[in-house]
Amino acid sequence: MIDNLLIFALDIWNWFPSGWQTFLLILGKIVLILAPLMLCVAYITYAERKIIGYMQIRIGPNRVGFRGWLQPIADAMKLMFKEVIIPAKSDKYLFLIAPVLSIMPALAAWAVIPFDRGVVLTDVNAGLLYVLALTSVGVYGVIIAGWASNSKYAILSSLRVGAQIIAYEIAMGFALVGVLMASGSLNMSDIVEGQAGGLAHWYIWPLLPMFVVYFLSGVAETNRAPFDVAEGESEIVAGFHVEYSGMAFAVFFLAEYANIILISALTALLFLGGWLSPFEGWLGAEHWLGASSFFWFFAKACIFAFLFLWFRATFPRYRYDQIMRLGWKVFIPVTIVWLFVEAVMVVAEIGPWAV
Amino acid sequence: MTITDFLFFAFASVTIAAALGVVASKNPVHSALFLVLTFFSTAAIWLMLEAEFLALVLVLVYVGAVMVLFLFVVMMLDINIAKMREGFVSYLPAGILFAVLFLAVMVYVVGGVGTDVMNTAALDNAIKRAADYSNTEAIGEILYTDYVLAFEVAAFILLVAIIAAISLTLRRRTKTKYQTPANQIKVQRDDRLKIIKSDDEVLK
Repeated sequence: MIDNLLIFALDIWNWFPSGWQTFLLILGKIVLILAPLMLCVAYITYAERKIIGYMQIRIGPNRVGFRGWLQPIADAMKLMFKEVIIPAKSDKYLFLIAPVLSIMPALAAWAVIPFDRGVVLTDVNAGLLYVLALTSVGVYGVIIAGWASNSKYAILSSLRVGAQIIAYEIAMGFALVGVLMASGSLNMSDIVEGQAGGLAHWYIWPLLPMFVVYFLSGVAETNRAPFDVAEGESEIVAGFHVEYSGMAFAVFFLAEYANIILISALTALLFLGGWLSPFEGWLGAEHWLGASSFFWFFAKACIFAFLFLWFRATFPRYRYDQIMRLGWKVFIPVTIVWLFVEAVMVVAEIGPWAV
Repeated sequence: MTITDFLFFAFASVTIAAALGVVASKNPVHSALFLVLTFFSTAAIWLMLEAEFLALVLVLVYVGAVMVLFLFVVMMLDINIAKMREGFVSYLPAGILFAVLFLAVMVYVVGGVGTDVMNTAALDNAIKRAADYSNTEAIGEILYTDYVLAFEVAAFILLVAIIAAISLTLRRRTKTKYQTPANQIKVQRDDRLKIIKSDDEVLK
């Protein structure tokens, strides 16, 4: 019975022309990446509410399902059935395109993220550049949402975001140049392999200032606390998505959390050796802790995702001029100085890289 | 038609439609967004020409930074749309003249001698690179060896332009109040707080 079914399925598969087979295969891989990602996004919202709850000596959501495990599903259902209200004086097309523009880059960037050795959708040579280019496009969703809403708070927020993201993107780019100099490659898999050899060989040590700048710029790029002046509940209600409701709002929400996971994953890949085990040199590949696997990548990404939530529960919001000062006058000079230091180290052949 | 042809024609038609949209749309914000789309689809075409470095940098620099600032300015302007539409017909001849001029130059360059416009044979003869060919590396190698002087001069000119732009727009406003974070951090208890002994017996 099962054999027959398998043969039937194989017949259907062979019936497609080979071009279509490639297309379907790629489509299947995309689904395999995006479906768990969306699940992670749903459960990081639950984790956020629980973790911040415990940090504030509350319980957090605990009504829907066992200990509130079904809360994200309930939230999603609620948002799906709410009406999407389009303001009368808004720019209707742009108003509806904006959420799509904000989630598209957050998902498309996963095309070059390697999850394990060889487990990647497209192992392109310019992977790092691709990620940098796509994350820089994400700002359009916010800016267009703010303008199309035709609302004062929304436009204020989109102006804040525009200036903030441009300021932090430069520092972020410089930090990635540091990684590029260390690894000598733009390919994500090569960057991870360049850090092989255990904890001491990760780029976080020679590139410590770059690592700090990259991660904090990532927090600023995703508009998370303490850099969340774009949403600034106490000042401008909800900022750029103040006019959005239902699913249109939910898409912005998904984009924000997808970006958090993306930045966490990228930091883990670029500075903490991605899927490589920290005990590589000591335990050997036979021991399960010494073997490199997806588990390590996931664990490292989780640490950074947790930091995002921890920051939100700990720090008060930056004032806007302080954000600008930190971006332009602290982060960018720090990265430029460290690029010089790194160049000297490369020439003098100090450090883990052998050019 | 191969998939490459299909993708080329898809991106090319999006590029042309978006470029027309830049000129034809009534709202300047829409024009700016059409320009973003033009850049994006051009980047896609460059990607198909195996020029992935140029394509990604086009997205990174023009779409990610330049156009954001552009959009920023356009959004802040209070533009009278009716007034902007007025000159459309009178500017049209000049616009068409320049468009034809650019087209002629492009046909001359792309078509070789300028006779065979769709010189498909030349396209078929173009070198197909292997999968591991890195456009980024190729550009880097040439830029820092053969063209290093021109590259450095261009960088220097850009640096001068940055300094000029900043010094032109920088103005020191004396009346604005702002805080120096360093001073804020340096503050000690004694700077702000004074404990005085009170004779008031009521409090006791």
